[in-house]
Amino acid sequence: MTRTREPESKSKTSSPSSSSTGMKLIVPLQGVVQGRGGILLGSLIPCALFYFFQLYLKKRRRSNDKHPSSNPPSPSSSFPELPRTPSRSNLSSRGSLTGVRLSRLATTISDDDSAYYVGLNRASRDPYHKLTNPDGIIQLGLSDNTLSLDLIGDWMRKWGSGGDDGLSINGIATYQAFDGVDELKLALSDFMHQVMGGSVHFDTSNMVLTAGATPAIEILSFCLADHGNAFLVPTPYYPGFDRDVKWRPGVDLIPVHCRSADNFNLSMTALEQAYSQARKRGVKVRGILVSNPSNPVGNMLTQDMLYNLIDFAEDKNIHLIVDEVFAGSTYGSEKFVSVAEILESDSEYIDNRRIHIIYGLSKDLALAGFRVGVIYSFNKNVLATARKLCRFSSISAPTQRLVTSMLSDKKFIQDYFETNRNRMRQVHHEFVDALSKIGIKCAKSSGGMFCWADMSGLIKPYSEKGELELWEKFMSIAKINITPGSACHCIEPGWFRICFTTMSLDEIPLVIERIRRVVEVCKFSS
Amino acid sequence: MGLKIEQQQHQQPCVELSKIAISNTHGEDSPYFAGWKVYDENPYDEFTNPSGVIQMGLAENQVSFDLLEKYIEEHKETKGALETNFKENALFQDYHGLKSFRSAMASFMGEIRGNRAKFDPDRIVLTAGATAANELLTFILANPGDALLVPTPYYPGFDRDLRWRTGVNIVPIHCDSSNNFQITEQALESAYKDAESMSYRVRGILITNPSNPLGITIQRSVLELLLNFVTKKNIHLVSDEIYSGSAFSSSEFVSVAEVLESRNYKNSAERVHIVYSLSKDLGLPGFRVGTIYSYNDRVVTTARRMSSFTLISSQTQNLLASMLSNKSFTKSYIKINRERLNKRYEMIIEGLKSAGIECLKGNAGLFCWMNLSPLLKDKTSRESELVLWNAILHEVKLNISPGSSCHCLEPGWFRVCFANMSENTLKIALERICKFMERIKSQQ
Repeated sequence: MTRTREPESKSKTSSPSSSSTGMKLIVPLQGVVQGRGGILLGSLIPCALFYFFQLYLKKRRRSNDKHPSSNPPSPSSSFPELPRTPSRSNLSSRGSLTGVRLSRLATTISDDDSAYYVGLNRASRDPYHKLTNPDGIIQLGLSDNTLSLDLIGDWMRKWGSGGDDGLSINGIATYQAFDGVDELKLALSDFMHQVMGGSVHFDTSNMVLTAGATPAIEILSFCLADHGNAFLVPTPYYPGFDRDVKWRPGVDLIPVHCRSADNFNLSMTALEQAYSQARKRGVKVRGILVSNPSNPVGNMLTQDMLYNLIDFAEDKNIHLIVDEVFAGSTYGSEKFVSVAEILESDSEYIDNRRIHIIYGLSKDLALAGFRVGVIYSFNKNVLATARKLCRFSSISAPTQRLVTSMLSDKKFIQDYFETNRNRMRQVHHEFVDALSKIGIKCAKSSGGMFCWADMSGLIKPYSEKGELELWEKFMSIAKINITPGSACHCIEPGWFRICFTTMSLDEIPLVIERIRRVVEVCKFSS
Repeated sequence: MGLKIEQQQHQQPCVELSKIAISNTHGEDSPYFAGWKVYDENPYDEFTNPSGVIQMGLAENQVSFDLLEKYIEEHKETKGALETNFKENALFQDYHGLKSFRSAMASFMGEIRGNRAKFDPDRIVLTAGATAANELLTFILANPGDALLVPTPYYPGFDRDLRWRTGVNIVPIHCDSSNNFQITEQALESAYKDAESMSYRVRGILITNPSNPLGITIQRSVLELLLNFVTKKNIHLVSDEIYSGSAFSSSEFVSVAEVLESRNYKNSAERVHIVYSLSKDLGLPGFRVGTIYSYNDRVVTTARRMSSFTLISSQTQNLLASMLSNKSFTKSYIKINRERLNKRYEMIIEGLKSAGIECLKGNAGLFCWMNLSPLLKDKTSRESELVLWNAILHEVKLNISPGSSCHCLEPGWFRVCFANMSENTLKIALERICKFMERIKSQQ
């Protein structure tokens, strides 16, 4: 069943669908006005109706949650609103009336009110703490992994300050290569080799390092597509893609809907359909963007599926971007297959210049604050451009040094991975089990930091509206922040992403109890 | 000149890249960058390569590095900075940045201005370097196809930072040596008209104060002029003050923040934004620490969100927070740094003078603005300047930056950096210039 959705953004891309709505009204109306005034009325009336429809939509949009959106903040972050400084109370009325203008992009950004960001914001304002704020909001909307941070903390205590030599800024104060120092590239290449199953060799000359995976995706978007072009992306997808691909590169994301009947696995038929529909609308599709393991569902692409995607990209002569940031965060029985592995084994038959991988240390090594991301590409021209663009998003030199040191400690990395994998497996198993005991089933997943939970039975009406009402109940009654499927562009209402890696085993009962409260409320009111 | 697409072995046509990927708006084909390549291939080293190219085209500050090292050695709590609150540090990717670090930056920026202006930590947006800050502001203040007015000569990197991904145009405000390259009202009006005649909508003015490449601070009267102009036209003013701590004397640098404060923020401070960074004053370009300071709430909020693409590592923020909040350290550092830069400046000016070369009278920055126009075969020709530049690069083996790459209208001016090398190396560079000038004189 398709959902009723409001147009998400005020960007230009919403206009094609609006004009087609207009056309649908004109035809039947022509019959009405064929008497007097004919063509004039026949065009005026639908235009008027169309105008009022747009006005209605605008009003609905404005009456939506007006909280300023915020990117994933940590619990200790400050409230985003700014106190006015006293000296500004003397502003002349001229300034406030005519007001200096900002760009269209700035307006789009400030109007972004996705539930994903709103939820993170609200949770950060009233964060749960076992002792100091036991009634606070539990953050389950942020895919961070605190399960094994103690191990990293231990390492930092021993080695984080440069060991016996102390902290030195020698050699790291001056300008470094913007795309990352060689030592770190080498260390990352080794690390990725380990993470991706030990069978792929990553060449440092194919790497461009960036301050996190977020700019890596943006930079690739700038390299591979022009403003107004599009990428195909399977839904549901990570809400951040909307920001990374659309905001500044101006590349659109065309959803390829996946369904629960397929466990949200991508169907090639759906992909073909989405591609041809886009072509018919005159939209130039430049690539496919997938995440593997997938965020938010947590399923993985099989080897067959990867081959299909590569073939598809070859056939249409477009790019394939695979975001593999969760490659090392798997807990299921399925083995993770990186697209790099396929390229390595079939290098003669595949044109690897259209395939690009995104990686980073925010998930697998829980170092989101350090901002370490990787663009891995075989395309020399993409690499050359990305190298120039990453000057806007370079990794801080002391951090490069620290991370190189950590990654080079092979024993530590191995320990971390084993321990982390076990802990994730345990928490995932317990949590999914506990959820099913209160009647909530999750999609089958083997990677990532979240469960994709089916709460469609609890929503009324069966629509995005119903889903957002349930989300509000979770926020205000259960005091937990989880991500509604609509924020991930899921076509089936009622699915929610719940991150489990910020919970310890003994916190699970507390979370389940809170969820159960909402389940009871929904059952009672139905 | 675009990037050549490789010939491929398959029958299939090669997959296309974007227009941005194949354009040359990155500006890296200019002599500014070409000179660096020559240096990279044959870099001077006192012992291993004494006849190599001396890099005088990179505005990096190495004169006060020892002060930083000493601080870190003496303050072991910097060591501990990582260990405390580690959990929050490692995960902390909030685009607000650490409050302690923002407060430290606000305090440091105030200190540089002799506390004649106060900065509110909540108006500070952190970016990975001033490069990102300038680009980010451009995305926020202007639409593709609009224009920013920038006084010439200007930092060559602006062509890339302000235009490449943003699609915004730069229209020059021409300044010349008749009045020491100061901005005049006529020049402003003229630039505005130029933009209009090209059907560009002007969204703001971007100045660098102290100026790169001129090495001089902008006079208070000019700042007042600029503020009046942007108010009249209802546009923005971006003041890139990354060299504010490199003015040789604190009293000679006037920040636009001070002018606003003295005006009681009347006539809408909302159009003013300041860019700062630790790359020049603190000599830490590798750390990638930049800020946008805006008096406009919407700009602050929007810039914060956009800074997701250019966050500063939490480790770095932690590392620097206590150092920059340490008032006795920052006061002393700023004072000593200014003195050392002044000394270097005088050394190079003297050296050039004895070689018969005049420079613009500078009072700030990591470089001087040298006038070699008397040497040009054709004083009005840019080609003449490039011929001279090539000779200096390949024969004298000095990489200096030609004024044309800074969009200077008058040929013959060159930017020469003096703070990115030891005193010895500077002496050698000056000796080479002397010999070069003697050769030229004897040829005439």
